[in-house]
Amino acid sequence: MKKIFAKIYIWLILVILYAPLVFIAIFSFTESKVLGSWEGFSTSLYRNLLTGQMQGNASLLAAVKNTLLIAIIAALFSTLLGTVAAIGIHNLKGRRKKAMTFLNNIPMINPDIITGVSLFLLFVFLHVSQGYTSVILAHITFCTPYVVLSVMPKLQQMNPNIYEAALDLGATPGVALRKVLIPELKPGMISGFILAFTMSLDDFAVTFFTRGTIGLETLSTYIYTDARKGGLTPELRPLMTLIFLIILVLLIVINVRQARMNDKKAL
Amino acid sequence: MRTIKRSSWSIPYLIFMILFVVLPLLLIVIYAFQDNGGGFTFGNITKFFTDKDALSTFAVSIEVAIETTALCILIGYPAAWLLANKKYNRSAVTIVLFILPMWINALMRTLATAQLFTMFGVNLGKGTLLFGMVYDYLPFMIYPIYNILAKMDKSYAEAAEDLGATPWRAFWKVTVPLSMPGVTSGILMVFMPTVSTFAISEFLTNNKIKLFGTIIQENINSSMWNYGAALAFIMLIIIGITSLFSKEDEQVEGGLI
Repeated sequence: MKKIFAKIYIWLILVILYAPLVFIAIFSFTESKVLGSWEGFSTSLYRNLLTGQMQGNASLLAAVKNTLLIAIIAALFSTLLGTVAAIGIHNLKGRRKKAMTFLNNIPMINPDIITGVSLFLLFVFLHVSQGYTSVILAHITFCTPYVVLSVMPKLQQMNPNIYEAALDLGATPGVALRKVLIPELKPGMISGFILAFTMSLDDFAVTFFTRGTIGLETLSTYIYTDARKGGLTPELRPLMTLIFLIILVLLIVINVRQARMNDKKAL
Repeated sequence: MRTIKRSSWSIPYLIFMILFVVLPLLLIVIYAFQDNGGGFTFGNITKFFTDKDALSTFAVSIEVAIETTALCILIGYPAAWLLANKKYNRSAVTIVLFILPMWINALMRTLATAQLFTMFGVNLGKGTLLFGMVYDYLPFMIYPIYNILAKMDKSYAEAAEDLGATPWRAFWKVTVPLSMPGVTSGILMVFMPTVSTFAISEFLTNNKIKLFGTIIQENINSSMWNYGAALAFIMLIIIGITSLFSKEDEQVEGGLI
């Protein structure tokens, strides 16, 4: 009896969480301009999206490209900066370590709007013209702390003597770094990269404040502008459905692989 | 020392953070206390405290944020508990299902929610705003609580029951206190973002209810930088106060996968 209640509770929340997504997916198969009115089954929105021939605004695809480009660049730089920083912070002691950890926490505690407004003021103050560069710098700012936090545990788990041993056995610091340190930190770097990438993809407020007036749109700002004009580009529906399916498949693959790896370990 | 000290590897990041984290926050403070000509003034701050609209927006935002956070705990805690309990949930897939929607653009999900409400004839207003906020932030509450509960040593609660506590009493006296760090980080992850959000409230109430984030955004975008900065400064103070309450929280979990 208790079990049934538990199942109902969990599934009720899940149904509510997924309702808007299912709603979008269903209406991606009809041509209507407005979300929620059914005008017969059609796959033409998908065709439009894939061939780039939009009913509405053609800049949707450009926005998708910008979003991906910014996310990849920001995640790469964050991973690099964050990994080096984590190694540095790990080797700091006492007050300095505390101070760096505190600084690292600030961008994570700050709500997006504060990060966005403060960086906007910075670029105004430094007379930096806003566009791709300012958005990427802003994304690196709020992504890097997550990389630091992902790499740190790996450093703590690692036996520090391995690195020293490599040096004693004649490896140059560069070789020791490549052959010993990086392989040990790799899992942390990868999860940091993925986290940074998704944070960047999902960001709206920071991009909104730092993109300037050159008309740079990411998916989030595109949707915001579109909705404020009244009426979303219909092709957003198939796009969101496809993104959802891709992520679903990725997550299933990752989880199955993880489960298999755990099974192997258990043997 | 054969190599340069590796602690110096933190220097590039230190410089980066001074430039992109510390300086920008200082600029908020500087702009907040400047008039249009660049002279020092308290005018922006006093303007807020005499501006009835801004004050009521502020009150509404805090109210909505508290209600959202409370609802997220009320709904999220039992869900996290059930998910972490082997008796009710044996697969890791269910927890992934809870996180999955977060990968879909939040604005798009919010717009679809608003559209669903309109279709079913629900008027957009306070109720739909709360629903949408809880909908958007619930996973951020469930995840940290689940994490703590899943790692928690079950023998504490069992010991309490062996010593004669009812399961209900063991839950309140043992499990809940031990899971408080998860609740605290959940509150941090829900409360501040809900005070500051602007797009979500605009979509879910059809611009009927303004939140604090919206007036910051409006002022910045209409080039009222000093007043906008003053409003952001007030928000910074609130962040300071809330993070004092939560002390040094345990490490935020890296990786949501």
